[in-house]
Amino acid sequence: MTKTVEFGKDLTGLEGLSVDQISTILDVAEPFKEISERPIKKVPVLRGKTIVNLFYEPSTRTRVSFEFAEKRLSADTVNISGSGSSIVKGESLVDTARNLEAMRIDMVVIRHGSSGAARFLADRIPSNVINAGDGQHEHPTQGLLDMLTIRDHMGGIEGRRVCIVGDILHSRVARSNIYGLTKLGADVAVCGPPTLIPHGIEELGVQVFKRVEEAIEWAEVLNVLRLQLERMKAGYIPSLREYNRFFGISVARLEKAPRDILILHPGPMNRGVEIDSHVADGPHSVILRQVTNGVAIRMAVLYLLAGGSPERAEAAKMENRS
Amino acid sequence: MHSEPNAVVMDERAVRRAVARMAREIVERNAGTQGLILVGIHRRGVELADLIAEEIEKSEEQKIPLGTLDITLYRDDLSVIGPRPVIGASDIPADIEGRAVVIIDDVCYTGRTARAAIDHLADFGRPARIYLCVLVDRGGRELPIQPDFVGRHFEVTPAEDVAVLVPEEDGRLAVELRKTE
Amino acid sequence: MSRPVLLRGGRVIDPSQKLDEILDLLLADGCVAAFGKGLQAPDGCEALDVSGLVVAPGLVDLHVHLREPGEEHKETIASGARAAAAGGFTSICAMPNTRPPIDDPAAVGFVRAAGEQAGFAHVYPVGAVSIGLKGEEMTEIGELMAAGAVAISDDGRPVADSGLLSRAMEYASAFDIAYFSHSEDLGLSAGGVMNEGAVSTSLGLRGIPNAAEDTAVARDCIVAELTGGQLHILHVSTRGAVEIVRAAKARGVNVTAEATPHHLSLTDEAVRGYRTEAKMNPPLRSAADVAAVRDALVEGVIDSIATDHAPHHYEDKDREFDYAPFGIVGLETALGVCVRELVVGGHLDLPELIDRLSCRPAKIAGLPAGSLAEGSVADVVVFDPESRWTCQPEEFYSLSRNTPFAGQELVGRVVMTLVSGRTVHDGRGDR
Repeated sequence: MTKTVEFGKDLTGLEGLSVDQISTILDVAEPFKEISERPIKKVPVLRGKTIVNLFYEPSTRTRVSFEFAEKRLSADTVNISGSGSSIVKGESLVDTARNLEAMRIDMVVIRHGSSGAARFLADRIPSNVINAGDGQHEHPTQGLLDMLTIRDHMGGIEGRRVCIVGDILHSRVARSNIYGLTKLGADVAVCGPPTLIPHGIEELGVQVFKRVEEAIEWAEVLNVLRLQLERMKAGYIPSLREYNRFFGISVARLEKAPRDILILHPGPMNRGVEIDSHVADGPHSVILRQVTNGVAIRMAVLYLLAGGSPERAEAAKMENRS
Repeated sequence: MHSEPNAVVMDERAVRRAVARMAREIVERNAGTQGLILVGIHRRGVELADLIAEEIEKSEEQKIPLGTLDITLYRDDLSVIGPRPVIGASDIPADIEGRAVVIIDDVCYTGRTARAAIDHLADFGRPARIYLCVLVDRGGRELPIQPDFVGRHFEVTPAEDVAVLVPEEDGRLAVELRKTE
Repeated sequence: MSRPVLLRGGRVIDPSQKLDEILDLLLADGCVAAFGKGLQAPDGCEALDVSGLVVAPGLVDLHVHLREPGEEHKETIASGARAAAAGGFTSICAMPNTRPPIDDPAAVGFVRAAGEQAGFAHVYPVGAVSIGLKGEEMTEIGELMAAGAVAISDDGRPVADSGLLSRAMEYASAFDIAYFSHSEDLGLSAGGVMNEGAVSTSLGLRGIPNAAEDTAVARDCIVAELTGGQLHILHVSTRGAVEIVRAAKARGVNVTAEATPHHLSLTDEAVRGYRTEAKMNPPLRSAADVAAVRDALVEGVIDSIATDHAPHHYEDKDREFDYAPFGIVGLETALGVCVRELVVGGHLDLPELIDRLSCRPAKIAGLPAGSLAEGSVADVVVFDPESRWTCQPEEFYSLSRNTPFAGQELVGRVVMTLVSGRTVHDGRGDR
């Protein structure tokens, strides 16, 4: 018998997950990939479940990816986003939580600009809460889909050298990648302008490259982060042109690498800033594969969390009934 | 109390006889192998489907399309038993539109697995006919579903479990009766 | 006038007189009338057996926020003073960052009068340095002092303009009152909500580097040296600031410094789980900083302990970490935390602790407190230094409950607090 891996009520980050839990999510995502390839891309497993996608920050791709995942599992979904909702009318997250609870929803997928917001919500409602990005903290499903993509193309994660390039300071994608990849035994590094590398990052078990050439020399995988254009106004970098010159991932830079390097990017891309088009569209880019895997990962997470009801342990004894 | 906890109720020979008979019945009912597809349900149904396909191929000298179904995501009891860490692939090798599909499983009990399998098949197309074939019918149905081809009937109480053993999973071919507690 | 009180058989600790022995203490007419062995109880006197307990000068807190006027749902002058009495504090300095701020003589008079009316503790207003705490125009410092202000501060904010700061300190030196400095470089701390380090990185919260405090403390010391004014550094939290204060003192700069019970006992690990009750400014720092601040307190580089009592309503704290306000309450936990961390922890003995909680702060602000010498004001705390109790915020007298010490076992329980010879808190019935 395969050993059963228990999941908690929520997925707020990869920091708190065990190696077994992460591996299980990645494994369960595999068959979900196939569902999206069928003519009828739908299974009834979450039929009758109500899921709210609560997006305090604008996001198209993450929200759409979650929505596809939810719909392919037959859940009923409602989207609440920043504009046009009580969110902008100043309703506090506590009150939003209470209202959702009163409507008896089963799961909430939350995107919020404040670190810790997903945990905050999770502690206050009985529904499952999935973090779709909280401030600069974590974006666990993005981390998982990056890991699934690396595993698909590299044959595994353990021992692989992965460098995350760009604005590490403000990136929840970076943190989820670091937690997840290091747990599964990858060697992880970060690279970017020193103003965008947070203090104490080494204590998360990663090494720091100050120059992108060194990172390219070392890495087997580059996860290139989006450079938020606001960072320039806030004075973290002098100009986009300069960023591209010193940290942009270009074909010329990659040609000097001692090996082929797998290129990931969580999107949306600023072509010509952090990544050049020839790299983004090149033979070693798996950026679109990440998008495909994103739906499978989110289906796997929804599926694994949805089963967590209190009656479950009791009834598990009847499992042999067929 | 039973002194022998696991009573063998069908040995390998008995299982093979039942499989051969069901293979004949399937071909007879379908008036040949025309349009026939066998689909085994993960995991033991898949091996039984292999055995049945072998029998049909031997007698009819025809290759039969053979598929697999994993019905995990079609079960109606996710919130009761929780998610499974392993979900197998569903692989239907041919277009099932207008054909006769035989769903093959090890045991028929509540009927819920068969119901889930029928739903699952519907996502692949609209067969002309769906048959249900099981090695053991142990009774205790909770849904109006009856198998078309049955290896053996056993009246078994809920406190007992019928275990079908197959070589790939269990190292041998047999059917055992077990006390669940 | 209240009846005379005779406290019999307590361990009288008064560092101002280097006193630590089992004595009787007689309080009459609001003053310490006598102390000695086997004192006779005069007629009409209330005699209390306090054997096994410590009798000390009432504690002095130079740094509290009473929220009145403006945010009376968080704390009033009366409720804050009542909380002070429960914590053994008999003199408290109320910071001026209320709404409106205490930046004119009328406001100073209001705080004094409200404090006197409540009667639970001596409430001394601290006047603003700049009008509206805006850091632009100097307040009428002389008038503020005349109305009863004991120091000047824009606490909650630094005086960012060094020119204004130097003029204010120079000017205040004429009145012999200190500038209480919230030392923070706002450029370095901008957007920060907790200590910058491994914990902020892992939580994805914006950090406030030690340097935000260090650079500001250095500048303040240099300006104090330039002007000769009296500088008191509030809530020192970094090892760097400790070294700067040490060096300034060695040069003879007129500087003193304080630390809070929470910076002496907690690290930024307390923030994990996005606990807003561990959000304060300056933030909880690293273990190395806690050790440095504690050692500086032991050595005397840091002179005193103050609570930075900052009440906030639960609604304000029950929200996303970024949006929750800075600050925690401290009046009712200070003694228990300090005895546990510093006395049980083996860093200070009880007389040394009382020195830092009473005598030294009284001296810094020139308050008539911190002594049990005959004739001094009869402000007294009686406490059981061994008693262990669990911090339960719902039992606070403060209107606010925002403390990171909830549920923790603290050591040292206040049994009685007397202000001008009058019992303002009687915890003898408490367990």
